[in-house]
Amino acid sequence: MTRALTGRTQLPAEPAPETRTPQRRWRRTLRRHGKEYLLFAALVGPNLALILVFSYWPVIYNCYLSFTSWDMISPAPTWVGLDEYRELFTSADFGHVLLNTVKFVVLIVVGAIVGGLATSLVLNQRLVGRGLARTVSFAPHIVSGAAIAALWLFMLDPSFGLVRALLEPLGISSPQWTTSSHYSLYALVLVYVWKGIGFSAIIYVAGLQNLPADLFEAATLDGANGWQRFRHVTFPLLSPVTYFLVVTSVIGAFQAYDVTAVMTGGGPGQSSTTLSWFIYRQAFQASNAGLAAAAAMVMLVILLTITMLIARYGERRVTYQ
Amino acid sequence: MRRILLYAALVLIAAVFIMPLYWLFSSAVKPSGEIYRFPLQWIPRHLHWSNFTNAWHDAPFGSFFINSIVVTLIGTAIKMVLATGSAYAFTFLPFPFKRVFFALILGTLMTPGTITLLTNYLTASDLGWVDTYAGLIVPGAGSAFGMFLLRQQMKSLPREVFEAAQMDGAGHLRILVRMVIPMSRPMMITVTLISVIEVWNDFIWPLIITTTTQMRTLPIGLLYLKSQEGYNDWGAIMAGTVMVAAPMLILFLLAQRYIVAGFSGGAVKG
Repeated sequence: MTRALTGRTQLPAEPAPETRTPQRRWRRTLRRHGKEYLLFAALVGPNLALILVFSYWPVIYNCYLSFTSWDMISPAPTWVGLDEYRELFTSADFGHVLLNTVKFVVLIVVGAIVGGLATSLVLNQRLVGRGLARTVSFAPHIVSGAAIAALWLFMLDPSFGLVRALLEPLGISSPQWTTSSHYSLYALVLVYVWKGIGFSAIIYVAGLQNLPADLFEAATLDGANGWQRFRHVTFPLLSPVTYFLVVTSVIGAFQAYDVTAVMTGGGPGQSSTTLSWFIYRQAFQASNAGLAAAAAMVMLVILLTITMLIARYGERRVTYQ
Repeated sequence: MRRILLYAALVLIAAVFIMPLYWLFSSAVKPSGEIYRFPLQWIPRHLHWSNFTNAWHDAPFGSFFINSIVVTLIGTAIKMVLATGSAYAFTFLPFPFKRVFFALILGTLMTPGTITLLTNYLTASDLGWVDTYAGLIVPGAGSAFGMFLLRQQMKSLPREVFEAAQMDGAGHLRILVRMVIPMSRPMMITVTLISVIEVWNDFIWPLIITTTTQMRTLPIGLLYLKSQEGYNDWGAIMAGTVMVAAPMLILFLLAQRYIVAGFSGGAVKG
């Protein structure tokens, strides 16, 4: 009974000589655990099947498609080797898209994490109303990106938008946020940072509450001021949280679609097109399956490289308590 | 002095997040004369509901609502059954190479959705699932994160109780339904809520897998309110946005604790 519950197959301490052959041992295990194996298969099988079909197979299939040219209408993709990759890397458009993606991801990740950390330091103080502030700052995270985007599109309107009303007293005239190629990408960044700050703030608050108080007392006794305590005690102790947030926000920013779709559609021109939007457009608007698949492979390689770098460099810097 | 600064910062934070939400709800009930006024009309003179009826006429929000609710409920139900079953199996049942299977399922957390988008569309299209509920629901129904959270929870349950129940002749399914699930209730609620939020808010998959207006879900419905010609009825758009956002905001206000626990799951304890 215990054996079944711990889920470990323990062999008898002294196996009888006749059970030593693998086949017999297997048969004995089956006799003992057969029912549990069946139940395991019934419980895990459907989940695993869905994951194999809709998470692993598409990656393999995508890899194959990236070596083909296909308009998604003709019966079969044509094998073209590295042609689609060559086309990607020789087109000026794609270089522009990659540059946009770098700006976009870096600004969102840094903005949401730095903003979230600063916010969490305030929200962690004993202040009247901090509960409300925590709730409202996290709320954008659970609302659909499409809705957030529609709301911000309205607020950023240069003639009657809320943002214009806030900027005017400061002597700043509201730019054409979404229709000018200078600002469109930054308008998207602004919205994603706004959406992301509350999330990182709440994760940081949870981290701050887990920190041991005695370290701060010791630092205070040693005469460390507020900034020094933050710099040398709080921030290093929060490094696992920062690490988690960097990894999840990089992956999230690379795959952002919804705000782009509603606010700018990647435009004007290519000015706010990032890699994920480029892939979507190539696949579903230009019916260019091979090129989209090749761009998706580029994204996969970039993401794997970044996560590996973060894991390697990050692990060394992360301080666990 | 320090406290004054802290309160000033707190007010600033609250304002940054409350103001847009206030603006959303107030604009949804403003007549167009007040929406396009500058300087702004901060407080609507009186509540004006025609934006909602306009949105409802501009696009079939009734079917968007029904589709969103059906997809969210069925999708979450399937996800929960799969997550709970797998979590139980991985915690309490033996199986050869079960760690490999566990790693295979968790590995999907690292597979970027963008890479699976095109090819999942092709698979769904081969199955004849374009523009169907099956196409909307099934490809996302597998559960990795929920399964992981539930397994972490189940591992912490006292095993002696289940051993005693087994001695008394209870089978695995009975133990799962009668003991493990009730004892894991807070985590079950958390995983359910996260799934509801995820499915309800999903944008890109419903956008590509549905082709007719009748099959669209609410977030896609917003695209129907934006006009191509440049003139936008912002009152109607904000009313539509309220319809997309309000259900999740209400859910969040009611069950904050569970939702936050789920999103921060694994982040802090490392």
